[in-house]
Amino acid sequence: MTHVMLEGLTRRFDDVIAVNNLNLEVESGELIAFLGPSGCGKTTTLRMITGLLLPSEGDVQFDGKSMIAVPTEKRGAVMVFQKHLLFPTMDVARNVGFGLKMAGISKKEIDRRVSEMLELVHLPGFETRRPHELSGGQQQRIALARALIVRPNVLLLDEPLANLDANLRLEMRELIRTIQREMNITSIFVTHDQEEAVMLADRIALMFDGVLQQFDVPKAFYERPNSAEVAHFFRNDNFLAGTRHGDCVETGLGSLAILPDHVTQPDGKVVVTVRPEDIYLAPTSDENLIHVKVLAQVYMGTYKQVQLDVDGNKWLAHGPADLDIREGDTIPIQLPKTHIWLLPPVNGK
Amino acid sequence: MQRTFRWLAVIAIVLGVALPVIPQIIWSLAHRWLFPALLPTEWSMSSWEYVFSPSSRVVEGFMNSLEIAVFVCILSILVGLPAARAIALNDFKGKGIIEWLLMVPIIVPGIVSTLGIHQLFIRLHLTNTFIGVSLVHLIPCIPYMVLVMVSVFSNYGTELEDTARTLGAGPIRVFLNVTLPGILPGLMVATMFTFLISWGQYITTVLIGGGTIVTLPVVLFPFITGINYSNAAAISLVFVAPAILVLIFTSRQLGQDSAVMGGFGRL
Repeated sequence: MTHVMLEGLTRRFDDVIAVNNLNLEVESGELIAFLGPSGCGKTTTLRMITGLLLPSEGDVQFDGKSMIAVPTEKRGAVMVFQKHLLFPTMDVARNVGFGLKMAGISKKEIDRRVSEMLELVHLPGFETRRPHELSGGQQQRIALARALIVRPNVLLLDEPLANLDANLRLEMRELIRTIQREMNITSIFVTHDQEEAVMLADRIALMFDGVLQQFDVPKAFYERPNSAEVAHFFRNDNFLAGTRHGDCVETGLGSLAILPDHVTQPDGKVVVTVRPEDIYLAPTSDENLIHVKVLAQVYMGTYKQVQLDVDGNKWLAHGPADLDIREGDTIPIQLPKTHIWLLPPVNGK
Repeated sequence: MQRTFRWLAVIAIVLGVALPVIPQIIWSLAHRWLFPALLPTEWSMSSWEYVFSPSSRVVEGFMNSLEIAVFVCILSILVGLPAARAIALNDFKGKGIIEWLLMVPIIVPGIVSTLGIHQLFIRLHLTNTFIGVSLVHLIPCIPYMVLVMVSVFSNYGTELEDTARTLGAGPIRVFLNVTLPGILPGLMVATMFTFLISWGQYITTVLIGGGTIVTLPVVLFPFITGINYSNAAAISLVFVAPAILVLIFTSRQLGQDSAVMGGFGRL
């Protein structure tokens, strides 16, 4: 239960800025995802929180106290790495008990808490196994147990699900979520997979090139992205340039009605976006009706993905699986005003 | 497949290591062995009596060689381990030059560098001393220690150490609990190399030791050019024995990590 604050956190490697002026506040007990493509500074940020790497500028605070001068082993910020998970020369019990041994806890107490912890990660009785005898998923769970047993101030997970196959990934995700809730440990995990972040995290910090793009609840990245880049990362490439005047936006395809209370962009140049799944391919009214050409369609099983030419921009829309349209048709579609979101203009476009 | 390979390794080792030793054993026990006799016509233990008599200085040389080799191993570890770790895990200015300099003693013959060092050691009063000989042995030993350990550290990475740090272990406890057990097999191989290189030094020992520090190769050398084959064979066996013991001991410790090492362990 620790409140974590990153203030103006910056890290340079020679001429490269890996993390640039990062400001972030993690509430105690929260589960946060650092999301972004590889090389965006996520792992560098984790390492700065643990103290394994010192920031070039800025501060890391736990419960309002600066941690910069505190060495890694005294911070209580435990990190679970992506590979080289377990100490290969120790059996499972010594791996899990490592943190307690370092804290000078008695052998008897360690044994008791180790078996308790193995119970929690669904691997009871694994004490005498050696790391090389375990599967990838089991190693991951033992590594998690080893981190949790010391009741860390902050739990840091570097791509915890990256090396697991699909089924194990689901299982591990549930496990992390359940234990994190149960023990109420402030946790941050790094991932490049937006779905993983959305399903697991309370809030997501999206980073590109060392710069924080948006820090918000998962829903916001779908409904209220900050920029076209953020929308793109969450698989929305439906963009249309326009100019906002109060409650409508003038576009190349006519005027679109919007909900002024719903959007945040001021009057002037904007980019209109509607997520593929929010577009009505079978319009229910005349509002915001536009006529567009069907470029391609793909049957996706539970729905049909349609590629549309919207004023020279390629848009995707999801319609019912049995939607009867042909490539080359011009069809009316509706952009419901409750789902229109306005983005800042890109390069003055 | 694995088994076949292992047995091939064992056979190769037997042919390479054990076979050449057999004539030596026979020679060391021969009193009279003239062409065309297949085996000596007269046997005797006189060579062995000679080896263990103080006048031969074999025992003295053996002890000196052992002390120097062990000391050189310790120095090599103290110098080579931090160097290898730094080279393996960090990028820094001049890393290429340092790596190249570490290779130089392997390329440049020991006698060349030792002749230069001799001048310096005279001024530092290190000639004819135990320390001086040990230091000059370090020159051919350190490259092997560092090269082996660089690859060990590169494979080992820093994640395990970093994990231990975040779990509350300070730098010293990280080294003792995590790093050292992890690199131990590699360190044993590197130490074995170091030991054997020091054990086999002749020219450097003669130049810096100047006859005061008498190691086993120094005792052995005159016999090789001499005519008493029996004494030479007996001393050779004394000289080879620790090398083979070290090999067997190390490979036992390493277990079955590789076929070649595993092969040694079976002997």
